[in-house]
Amino acid sequence: MIKFFLMVNKQGQTRLSKYYEHVDINKRTLLETEVIKSCLSRSNEQCSFIEYKDFKLIYRQYAALFIVVGVNDTENEMAIYEFIHNFVEVLDEYFSRVSELDVSFFNTVFHSTWQMHSGPYQVLVLALEDDPTSV
Amino acid sequence: MPAVSKGDGMRGLAVFISDIRNCKSKEAEIKRINKELANIRSKFKGDKALDGYSKKKYVCKLLFIFLLGHDIDFGHMEAVNLLSSNKYTEKQIGYLFISVLVNSNSELIRLINNAIKNDLASRNPTFMCLALHCIANVGSREMGEAFAADIPRILVAGDSMDSVKQSAALCLLRLYKASPDLVPMGEWTARVVHLLNDQHMGVVTAAVSLITCLCKKNPDDFKTCVSLAVSRLSRIVSSASTDLQDYTYYFVPAPWLSVKLLRLLQCYPPPEDAAVKGRLVECLETVLNKAQEPPKSKKVQHSNAKNAILFETISLIIHYDSEPNLLVRACNQLGQFLQHRETNLRYLALESMCTLASSEFSHEAVKTHIDTVINALKTERDVSVRQRAADLLYAMCDRSNAKQIVSEMLRYLETADYAIREEIVLKVAILAEKYAVDYSWYVDTILNLIRIAGDYVSEEVWYRVLQIVTNRDDVQGYAAKTVFEALQAPACHENMVKVGGYILGEFGNLIAGDPRSSPPVQFSLLHSKFHLCSVATRALLLSTYIKFINLFPETKATIQGVLRAGSQLRNADVELQQRAVEYLTLSSVASTDVLATVLEEMPPFPERESSILAKLKRKKGPGAGSALDDGRRDPSSNDINGGMEPTPSTVSTPSPSADLLGLRAAPPPAAPPASAGAGNLLVDVFDGPAAQPSLGPTPEEAFLSELEPPAPESPMALLADPAPAADPGPEDIGPPIPEADELLNKFVCKNNGVLFENQLLQIGVKSEFRQNLGRMYLFYGNKTSVQFQNFSPTVVHPGDLQTQLAVQTKRVAAQVDGGAQVQQVLNIECLRDFLTPPLLSVRFRYGGAPQALTLKLPVTINKFFQPTEMAAQDFFQRWKQLSLPQQEAQKIFKANHPMDAEVTKAKLLGFGSALLDNVDPNPENFVGAGIIQTKALQVGCLLRLEPNAQAQMYRLTLRTSKEPVSRHLCELLAQQF
Repeated sequence: MIKFFLMVNKQGQTRLSKYYEHVDINKRTLLETEVIKSCLSRSNEQCSFIEYKDFKLIYRQYAALFIVVGVNDTENEMAIYEFIHNFVEVLDEYFSRVSELDVSFFNTVFHSTWQMHSGPYQVLVLALEDDPTSV
Repeated sequence: MPAVSKGDGMRGLAVFISDIRNCKSKEAEIKRINKELANIRSKFKGDKALDGYSKKKYVCKLLFIFLLGHDIDFGHMEAVNLLSSNKYTEKQIGYLFISVLVNSNSELIRLINNAIKNDLASRNPTFMCLALHCIANVGSREMGEAFAADIPRILVAGDSMDSVKQSAALCLLRLYKASPDLVPMGEWTARVVHLLNDQHMGVVTAAVSLITCLCKKNPDDFKTCVSLAVSRLSRIVSSASTDLQDYTYYFVPAPWLSVKLLRLLQCYPPPEDAAVKGRLVECLETVLNKAQEPPKSKKVQHSNAKNAILFETISLIIHYDSEPNLLVRACNQLGQFLQHRETNLRYLALESMCTLASSEFSHEAVKTHIDTVINALKTERDVSVRQRAADLLYAMCDRSNAKQIVSEMLRYLETADYAIREEIVLKVAILAEKYAVDYSWYVDTILNLIRIAGDYVSEEVWYRVLQIVTNRDDVQGYAAKTVFEALQAPACHENMVKVGGYILGEFGNLIAGDPRSSPPVQFSLLHSKFHLCSVATRALLLSTYIKFINLFPETKATIQGVLRAGSQLRNADVELQQRAVEYLTLSSVASTDVLATVLEEMPPFPERESSILAKLKRKKGPGAGSALDDGRRDPSSNDINGGMEPTPSTVSTPSPSADLLGLRAAPPPAAPPASAGAGNLLVDVFDGPAAQPSLGPTPEEAFLSELEPPAPESPMALLADPAPAADPGPEDIGPPIPEADELLNKFVCKNNGVLFENQLLQIGVKSEFRQNLGRMYLFYGNKTSVQFQNFSPTVVHPGDLQTQLAVQTKRVAAQVDGGAQVQQVLNIECLRDFLTPPLLSVRFRYGGAPQALTLKLPVTINKFFQPTEMAAQDFFQRWKQLSLPQQEAQKIFKANHPMDAEVTKAKLLGFGSALLDNVDPNPENFVGAGIIQTKALQVGCLLRLEPNAQAQMYRLTLRTSKEPVSRHLCELLAQQF
């Protein structure tokens, strides 16, 4: 099960966060700081899964932006890992070459994109094409 | 594509955003925002009604400002207005604003709910989806209350569009996770299962997620999903890579859906229907075959997606643990990954293999990869991968490869990361003990551990080595020799000094014949470390010295000199000072015989579960012990709860480690009262996992008894002696009165009340119990106006009870005046578990006629209960550990009293166990836990009471570590309801 989804840049600024379990606002900041710290301290040779407290972090890095998904131990690591990429591909399509700036300045769009599609991680591309605004 | 900036031309918004971007300073940004806020406020307040477009634009700006981190305190009304617009973009922005900025302003919530209701009823799929997304995103309890009943209807309605069904399924999932009680189960559940057959893959994906979550609570309701999931999976797996069009990801058909289906299947046992099972096995084989085929694309996305399915398939195979062929194939596949150049794959392969190692079918296959895994431990650059490798080595270890694995782990320990050292130390200690063929190897290993990683060797580890050395006389000489050699190293760890001190104090005589380790040499070696050690170690060394005086009389003068030194006798630390003073006096006052008795070798320790194992379990948390417990990934802890019948533990090669230690097979022999009476300090320390901090700060009473030989009788028995001696023999007293049992039952769950009453006499009871001790006050009231003569109440222990329970009574006055009351105090100590209560015999003369009365004293084993609070996970873990058939007692019986939850609760609490909430998934049921404290042993008890109001029946299940106790408690408690 996915516990949270984060987009954080190398400076540690959170660009997007979405929690699927209740976490207090002040604890979120702390968590996000620790999460990005543990991601930044890793090298390319290390695997993309970090055991963190009682859950796992699965992360991918795109330029200066980290996408980190927190999951519990029943989740399939590889599926989530590839799902992150799928999500990025969708954004890329939507913004035609997505960048961190898009994420920070079009937060609203991200919210709607992510919120609408975070559940079934298969339908991102399709659903965007279904979006009536594009017609 | 419609990026907001250009899509439908909200130019004002684009300008505003670029203004913000161009701000040079934080102040400028705030100024610009304040200007914009003032502008928006005036527009909203203005006389001119705004059109939908303007409203949308301003609400969008507010949203943007909010997301930049500023407070927004207006505009909510305008956003709610947008909800009723008929334009998609306006409605969407309205919903977005609500989702992001919802607050529980009750007035607004009513309006929002109204708008959502309208949209849900609109039959416009786009609007319905927006409304469903909003409910899911807010996901509050209020939303749940308002809509939880409508959504299942939309989900299964025949005329709902695919996208609506999909959203409805996810929305329901969200509400169910937030507040399960709000989602009503009903006939719709059957129809949800059939969504697995839906044409639209999006609907199927959403439905699988929903079913996977729902079926954990009610597996039976969703049972039919298994065959549907299998056939869906089979269609996907066998489809050509282009069949599923949009759901094909880099030539892999529907990878995420496949993973979800495989995970759903892990909620259930293997299908019983042979056809379904055959089809499923075929699927699993296909996945394994595909892994061997050349990739259809060179892109890493292709292989990642394929491997995601493969790993999930292997999880399912491990979950079933019934297809040897598949298990071995899975193992071989993982073996290939162990050498893959992708770190991620190596990590996952090690992780999966760890669970494979615990299956009897694949254990041998896993073992063939030992060299690769050892190599990973040495060369892997990522600590988390090395950790997995260490876990796997631990899981694959058995008698045949223990020496190799332990020596590799020891070697690794020298360079291991600090974060995992302690865990490695524990693992090495356990493996060394578990697979020790000869104990000298065991001693070598542990001493090496202390040498290499002394700081990480916890107390449990070195206590354990002492325990084993003390209990095995074949290894004592070797141990003494080895520690002596180890202590000669110029710098040795304090833990080594502790072990050395203890072992030489006990068995130093075994090596004293060699001039190189003659008594004076031993002493001076130990004493050379003395000043570098902490107080706790010094205290231990002082005990060693006094033992030396007994072992080697020739060292007496030297040691007395050390004890007499001002630095000891006037030591600032009270413990050290006391030891020095007392040992000095002991050595000068006592005769050799007395010394020899007092300072005799320690008696063997009662066998207990390895304290190290307990520690590792605690460290990893339940379930994570991988191969330690029963390894296999538990799909849902509900399983344990759903069917609580005891499963005979399957004998597989790597059976639970406790078993291998030979501890579970035979219940620990109850320590005879004799050795328990000696109050062995170390025994106590070993008992509760690290309950006592260390040897050093011992309670004063206990400190000398540490050195005492086993007393011939327990001190309590001495105390109790006079009372039974004065008692008439059991043959003198009559049988208990017929109501005695009934009277006793009244007191099982309470401590105070009237025990007995007739025309002449009333006996009242007040009692309190703590740990294994109790005090009882008996009040004898003379109800007549005539004096009772020769009044003598006595307590009798029938049968073996005397060795189980010590009751010390005080005599009472022989005359009880008419209308008067006398009090008798009983001190009770529970020595070990017992089944029958003691008898209370009361005799007196009333008006010249002798009266005799025998009752059962209301002392039952449950009085010595100590309630134990524990979390659900711990409860299930322990419950599982007590799974031998004889450890369980169960009774199904009719209710004799009205079934009232509160009364039941009070009775269970009175019974003595702790009541654990939120453990049993069924809130009607009661679950309790406690420890029965006796002097000789502790018995952990778990209980579960399931009332069935309809049938007016109860089912009571008890599990304890001792068979008679389970049965007895079950009988006692069953009579209470």
